[in-house]
Amino acid sequence: MLIKRGSDIIPSSEITPESEYMNRRKFIGRLSAGAAIAAGGTLLGETRLSAQQDELTPLSAITTHNNFYEFGVEKTDPARNARNFRVRPWTVRVDGHVAKPTTYALEDFLKPHSPQERVYRLRCVEAWSMVIPWQGIPLRDVITRLQPTSQARYVAFETLEDPTRMPGQRSKVLDWPYREGLRMDEAMHPLTLLAVGIYNQALLGQNGAPIRLVVPWKYGFKSIKSIVRISFTDREPASTWKMMAPSEYGFYANVNPEVDHPRWSQARERRIGELRRRPTLMFNGYADQVASLYRGMDLRRNY
Amino acid sequence: MTEKVLAPAPEPSPPAKRTRDRLPLARIALVLTLIPLGLILYDIANGTLGADPVEALRRRTGWWSLTLLIATLAVTPLRRLTGWSRIIQVRKTVGLMSFVYALLHFVVYISIDQWFALEYIIEDIVERPFITAGFISFLMLIPLAITSRRDSIRRMGGKRWQRLHRLIYPAAALGVLHYFWLVKADTTKPVIFGVVLAVLLLLRVVLPAPKASKGATRQQSTSDALV
Repeated sequence: MLIKRGSDIIPSSEITPESEYMNRRKFIGRLSAGAAIAAGGTLLGETRLSAQQDELTPLSAITTHNNFYEFGVEKTDPARNARNFRVRPWTVRVDGHVAKPTTYALEDFLKPHSPQERVYRLRCVEAWSMVIPWQGIPLRDVITRLQPTSQARYVAFETLEDPTRMPGQRSKVLDWPYREGLRMDEAMHPLTLLAVGIYNQALLGQNGAPIRLVVPWKYGFKSIKSIVRISFTDREPASTWKMMAPSEYGFYANVNPEVDHPRWSQARERRIGELRRRPTLMFNGYADQVASLYRGMDLRRNY
Repeated sequence: MTEKVLAPAPEPSPPAKRTRDRLPLARIALVLTLIPLGLILYDIANGTLGADPVEALRRRTGWWSLTLLIATLAVTPLRRLTGWSRIIQVRKTVGLMSFVYALLHFVVYISIDQWFALEYIIEDIVERPFITAGFISFLMLIPLAITSRRDSIRRMGGKRWQRLHRLIYPAAALGVLHYFWLVKADTTKPVIFGVVLAVLLLLRVVLPAPKASKGATRQQSTSDALV
């Protein structure tokens, strides 16, 4: 970097509108794990960004800059093509190694839980990032309630497949439906969220309405959107981008500045709303919380 | 290439002075090819480039460079298909504007995208095939832009000039490859570019080259030799 970021200098691009700033204070006051990081001052010095430098990305950017091929391959496509996306009725099918395989109406699926607020960095594999205030429920609470059996070692997710509602699925750009998965310990990690809202509004179609995964220490494509199925499996489940290009996208997809994607350096990223690139942090800055999950693993091979 | 005079031209080319009443094709081409730049500047001024303005600038300049490069290669086949020989007048302008967008594309990349971080730029060019292809394509366009003036043809000699300007073929192919390797999943657009490029090159082989005419000026016969 040419210029070292000083904590006392805040470019105008980082100054958040007042309404959002007030929100931010509210969120940060309530944050659990996320706040510990945002506040900086971690033991390892991994987290160099102070809370002030992690300003929330404006909603207008979050809702107009999306990789959601179900609604088109250009980043501006989903906002347009998901405008009238119907999310009622919505069901979530739960199956595999679980006590009671059931298809839930979304309302029933969510009812036992109360939403929490989490401000997370979102790092796309394409080397751009945002800071998003999510509302959702920790996946671990849901999993605990669903009671997977002892054979369940992974959790697999599927996005809705319905080309009439998701026009991007009319062309076979990806092998629909979109699939993703987590190891059970990743799924049970307190940071892992099933999100239903952003900025205290229900998710819009382009952001993965009505329910999506958020795994903040992994590249964005792991955070599968518009989920209709959750399966507990004993083997590593398929993930769409890995199926598409296994040499470029792995099952783990942990944010790692030292392991480059063949087409992008992952050492730096552009925070949406900023011009200069900033250094990418190991595990997207959540190393203190999640590094232990991968102890002893070769992250260069398990990318 | 020997050019045989098989028949006199049906209409001798008019002297330059008499073309005044005709459409100024080169100027029209210049105005048209400046429109995308105008729209980009408009979006910069209004802050309407989108959530990632740097990416938008990179993509739009790249898109127009490649589009105009292919358009440059379309001039000759069009001329042979339609027999409208004056269309050759737009070729230099369209080709030069393709270079201008390529230059802007490169400048956006090294400036507001990479902030002149040389180690990252070099790593990109050396290690990432799609950037390598784009960079080589850009390098190939530089001598073409430098020798685009008419007096370069005179100075270099038609044959040498022509040989140099054949660089446009690998430059266009690498440009398409650059785009193809860049996209993650939906290769529709780069494939369309590739197909159009292939058809244009094929047309050159299939369509007979126009006959050189006595009335043709040296410059025009050079153009013919190039087509």
